[in-house]
Amino acid sequence: MSSASLSPLHLAVALDGTGWHPASWREPVARPRELFTARYWADQVTEAERGLLDLVTFEDGLGLQSSHFLDPDDRTDQVRGRLDAVLTASRVAPLTRHIGLVPTAVTTHTEPFHLSKAIATLDYVSTGRAGVRVQITGRQSDAAHFGRRTIPPIDDLRGPVVADLFDEAADHVEVVRRLWDSWEDDAEIRDAATGRFIDRDKLHYIDFEGRHFSVKGPSITPRPPQGQPLVAALAHDTVPYRLVARAADLGFVTPHDTGQARAIVAEIRAEQDAVGRTAEPLHIFGDLVVFLDEDPAEAAARRERLDALAGEEFTSDARIFTGTPAQLADLLQEFQEAGLTGFRLRPAVAGHDLPAITRGLVPELQRRDAFRRAYEADTLRGLLGLTRPANRYAAA
Amino acid sequence: MSKPLKQIHLAAHFPGVNNTTVWSDPRAGSHIEFSSFAHFARTAERAKFDFLFLAEGLRLREQGGKIYDLDVVGRPDTFTVLAALAAVTEHLGLTGTINSTFNEPYEVARQFASLDHLSGGRSAWNVVTSWDAFTGENFRRGGFLPQEERYSRAKEFLATANELFDSWQGDEILADQATGTFLRDAKAGAFVHEGRHFDIHGRFNVPRSPQGRPVIFQAGDSDEGREFAASAADAIFSRYAGLDDGRAFYTDVKSRLARYGRRPDQLLILPAASFVLGDTDAEAEEIARDVRRQQVSGATAIKHLEFVWNRDLSGYDPEGPLPDIDPDPGEHHIARGRAQVRMYRDPIATAREWRERAAANNWSIRDLVIETGNRQNFVGSAETVARTINDYVQADASDGFILVPHLTPGGLDTFADQVVPLLQEQGVFRTEYEGTTLRDHLGLAHPDDIRHERAAS
Repeated sequence: MSSASLSPLHLAVALDGTGWHPASWREPVARPRELFTARYWADQVTEAERGLLDLVTFEDGLGLQSSHFLDPDDRTDQVRGRLDAVLTASRVAPLTRHIGLVPTAVTTHTEPFHLSKAIATLDYVSTGRAGVRVQITGRQSDAAHFGRRTIPPIDDLRGPVVADLFDEAADHVEVVRRLWDSWEDDAEIRDAATGRFIDRDKLHYIDFEGRHFSVKGPSITPRPPQGQPLVAALAHDTVPYRLVARAADLGFVTPHDTGQARAIVAEIRAEQDAVGRTAEPLHIFGDLVVFLDEDPAEAAARRERLDALAGEEFTSDARIFTGTPAQLADLLQEFQEAGLTGFRLRPAVAGHDLPAITRGLVPELQRRDAFRRAYEADTLRGLLGLTRPANRYAAA
Repeated sequence: MSKPLKQIHLAAHFPGVNNTTVWSDPRAGSHIEFSSFAHFARTAERAKFDFLFLAEGLRLREQGGKIYDLDVVGRPDTFTVLAALAAVTEHLGLTGTINSTFNEPYEVARQFASLDHLSGGRSAWNVVTSWDAFTGENFRRGGFLPQEERYSRAKEFLATANELFDSWQGDEILADQATGTFLRDAKAGAFVHEGRHFDIHGRFNVPRSPQGRPVIFQAGDSDEGREFAASAADAIFSRYAGLDDGRAFYTDVKSRLARYGRRPDQLLILPAASFVLGDTDAEAEEIARDVRRQQVSGATAIKHLEFVWNRDLSGYDPEGPLPDIDPDPGEHHIARGRAQVRMYRDPIATAREWRERAAANNWSIRDLVIETGNRQNFVGSAETVARTINDYVQADASDGFILVPHLTPGGLDTFADQVVPLLQEQGVFRTEYEGTTLRDHLGLAHPDDIRHERAAS
């Protein structure tokens, strides 16, 4: 296999509670009582940084977790409750130095003005390591938490209701990005001679007018260190692929085999061409849930044990991998040849599979010259090989 | 026998967007880099202060249709910077101003509950209101709220947030790994609120935080604002830092508490106050005069006069006499996004009074603005400032002060090094934190204990 000819791959870890298996909290390593403490999250992120990973994502939502896609449940046997992801990411930022921090934010009921300054501030407190993973919610129960609008019942995920929520998300991202650019980098002049702190000609109204909202600008927060923090989105179908291609720097996708991976990458790349973003780098990471052990039988046994505790077989939108770090490295390199630029691994049990990634998979990939041996950049964009974008409002 | 000495509460306000900050001073650092906030917070914690305070603004100020460019502009998001500060401090309370008009209760409640968890019980919320369409242009809602409804919405906003905080009792998370029961209660976090401004229901998704609820601050000064504070706040952020106006405000607000079944010690009065220190009182006075000149340049003086005149005064000489024309009495159109505009309720009378004072004292426009806008409350040697602060607190002009230095981020350093030890020697300020939460520092009971106390009485 021709791994030497491929670029080094990128690795992310998706943090969510005690892990992605619904019974993960019952493992002895799980620390479920500490889920609402800063120390728990600091430990997860510093472990990921120890493994030189590019970034971590933090899951979030505007309602309680549920085993149903669109409706709440009243279950008491799984982890329920979570802290605001942007605040959690910010809380761990001063404790880390290199790893990218990408909280999830819901675009459906929130204000782009608030989100823009929150992520810009995360970029300041992390000195250039911020991103945001945008997400929609079609849950009527989430809408009832805000009381500003109702979401029509969704009986078809490819129907107009979902498409409309993604259109709104695209507008949301557009506003957030314009606000990041609403201050030019050198707007602060501190000119004692004229008494001016800023050059107001370098601040810009964004004057966004859309179907769902309008926003005037400029931001109250100056342009963040990366200029444009990273925008990411998880996508499973054509409409969200379009959002990734048009608005994101990084898409998370869920192919189950290399054929699907090739098809998804082709669809996103074609859409990228269609909107004239061909030249702009856009990362496409494959999502995988992982059960990792040195002995493949052990990993399989662990999965079976957790399924038994949960009372049902674990399923996921992403492919579920069970095996050794070397087997996973083989699979990642195979997927990489299908056009993926990196992977977001979802540890089945955070306390077990995250250290298995950082201490098992990462050294294995390094042996193959497929992963970095030291952090080579100070910013998240730098780690991903993305340049600092020019400001759209600055005079050329 | 004299009454026991009151313990002083001290807090620090990171200088925000106004002309307090002397940005032209060579010692002035960044007002936006996190290292500035971290330095400021660490100094406040080294001095054993109760909390750090952040103000907020949701639209850049404008004057004459242009973005205001003479003061510090630009600030971070309140929640995000407070969460990061929780990582570089252990005890310091983290107080943020969050607007109740351009936010929704579910989101704000989960942000404050999250901050309280992530800081181990150190969060506080300064509830402010606005109504103007100018700020609203940055939000989905636009400028939808009639001015007279802003407190109605604020009150219901806070009440709704409290219902969300209280939707978890605190004992729901069992996390029993042996039996597989994570939640003790299948309906944890359930809430229903039906009201004039909010009609929401569902499940709150952040479990009860260490303080139960964040500490609540209120900053409005109108009769309605004072009543709102007396009914629902733990502390009030006032602008009366003088001895006489402080005592009048203190007496008024504390007297309002009884009608809500609250004791005077359940609402702290904390005015914002600036200070200037010198080796001697005379040296401090000299430094203070210099700081005032730096805070009010000629251009700044003209802009401040425009708040009252509501006219373009750019043709006037700041070192010359006041305009002899009267203010434009119509709706304010010159300065937008400025709180000061609302302080002058009768511009014609204010202008007349200012002209008379300027003529009597032979003041230029700039002199007048420096004199009338002087916010330097404590000027002197460390001994003088410590003695004055203590005298004011013991005389019930306040329960302490929220200090606003004129330099970012090092403006608190000399206060921490020189004044705080003197207050500690007098036995009126802590030498170590006794508790871990902001409620502990402020001497406020946990909301669950208040509930039990009420139930028992």
